[in-house]
Amino acid sequence: MRSKGEAPYLDPYAGGVLLGIVLFLAFFLTGNGLGASGGINRVLVWAQDLFFSEHVDRVGYLTSLAGGARNPLDHWIVFLTLGVLVGGFASGWWHRRLKIETGRGPRIPVGARWVLAFAGGAFMGYGARLARGCTSGQALSGGAVLSVGSWAFMFAVFAGGYALAYFFRKAWN
Amino acid sequence: MGPFALSEALGPIGAYAVYLLIGIGFGAALEMSGFANSPKLAAQFYFKDMTVLKVMFTAIVTAMILVFLFSGLGWLDYDRIWVPPTYLWPGIIGGLIMGVGFIVGGFCPGTSLVAVATLKIDGLFFFLGATFGIFVFGETVAEITGFWNSSAYGRWSLPEWLGLSTGLTALLVVSTAVVMFVGAEVSERLFGERARASGSKALRRLAPALLAGGLLVLWIGQPGLAEKWNWVSAEKQPLLDGRQVQIEPAELLHLMNDNQINLLQIDVRSEGSFNLFHLQGARRFAVADLPGEVDELLREPEGTVIVLTSEDEERATEAWKILVAEDVPNVYLLGGGLNHWLEVFGHVGHEDCPPAATAGDADGEERLRHLFRAAMGSAHRSANVSPDDHELEFVPKVRIERKKALGGGGCG
Repeated sequence: MRSKGEAPYLDPYAGGVLLGIVLFLAFFLTGNGLGASGGINRVLVWAQDLFFSEHVDRVGYLTSLAGGARNPLDHWIVFLTLGVLVGGFASGWWHRRLKIETGRGPRIPVGARWVLAFAGGAFMGYGARLARGCTSGQALSGGAVLSVGSWAFMFAVFAGGYALAYFFRKAWN
Repeated sequence: MGPFALSEALGPIGAYAVYLLIGIGFGAALEMSGFANSPKLAAQFYFKDMTVLKVMFTAIVTAMILVFLFSGLGWLDYDRIWVPPTYLWPGIIGGLIMGVGFIVGGFCPGTSLVAVATLKIDGLFFFLGATFGIFVFGETVAEITGFWNSSAYGRWSLPEWLGLSTGLTALLVVSTAVVMFVGAEVSERLFGERARASGSKALRRLAPALLAGGLLVLWIGQPGLAEKWNWVSAEKQPLLDGRQVQIEPAELLHLMNDNQINLLQIDVRSEGSFNLFHLQGARRFAVADLPGEVDELLREPEGTVIVLTSEDEERATEAWKILVAEDVPNVYLLGGGLNHWLEVFGHVGHEDCPPAATAGDADGEERLRHLFRAAMGSAHRSANVSPDDHELEFVPKVRIERKKALGGGGCG
């Protein structure tokens, strides 16, 4: 029987083992790791191609994704990203954590949290494309198969976060 | 042996269904670990709740152990799984920017998706911001193409960098992770809001298992060349036996003059013989050095054709097996070797290289059956034959295979 209210989170080590097994299965079955920002990217370029097809055909980086008759959605990462949404929703529903709310520190107003979330997301999105992968595609996947660049990337992410943590302490504590 | 050619086995829809299932597992694992909860994620940077570090490194170490165990047992071909190529500085700068985004926004792209799926509004704003950032990158990448493609090292692994075996590297990674976990427990006890004795208990169970896994990887080891050749020999040996990869001199000459083909001629003879005579454009590698060149060869543009040459065929065949075992595409060898080349095209300059009587030596070493009076290298007339002087008739054997559809990467 499921009790009422939110279920507690999984122990982080157990969660890590679970995630590691999923990551391993991805490599074993498909040869590819996990990812997220690539899927967002392709949906975005698909939308751009819908409205500004000529522009997409002129900008080299976009052309490589959606130039001419190329369909940016016809790519495995799109389906994996879709799965992340489905899996996140299913687990949230099962554990009674589906709730419209804003996660924030105790002292930050909701509006400010939204602005910061958008701004942080923009940094993340830009950085993820510059680094050719996000925390999932580079750090997690590349880390597990021992890519030198992925390990350098991973330490850079933590370094960037810790370097600025002091200045944003009021947002989170 | 994995990874599997999913679209061939299951069709495109079946393959995408597998990716969808993997994504579901990924999303569920993230949600169950609490990654839709931004204050919990951000607490990582205040040493209060080290969930991010614990989950990430446990996942990395678990997957790493399984990948290299399966690879060591011959169940998974490490050469054919996607290892993100290293672009060192774009990766580091991009990582720093993402670190800033993490502490400002509280998510990373993957966790924001899970937050959106569980109806977190801050997750939605983050997701929109990330989409905006990706949009800005797509529109401005042309300005920074030089930097974006700089410090490219290709597929570069920690064992190669450290000069250690894969097993030792794996054990080192496991040990580092365990030390970090212990540090994380201490940090939570010092800065965390409630006592977390349960975390330490879980770690006491996990750490020995991970270390044992690392030791097992070390003990089993990774497959060598001979084993890799054994895996593919059933498929590839018939190509040798059926002489489908031994191209005629005329076809090689044709390839040399085809501007649309990136041709690499690799001469595997001794340096002395190479200096005496080699084909125009050929590079020399000793067979023993070839395994070290594989990464370089894999980085050649798609559709590159490699033709191996030796005096006859023996050493070129040996080299062919090495490259094929390492999954280098489009590798051929010169049928009959340079001796055959000289028979076919050497008549123009035969006054410089009369046929020698040394053919068929008893010691089994390959030798050129032509005498060269001076070390002319590729300056010799027979090294740079004009296709216009000859009727090129041959059965074409080179069929250019594009690289396997694998890759594109986690965030391609």
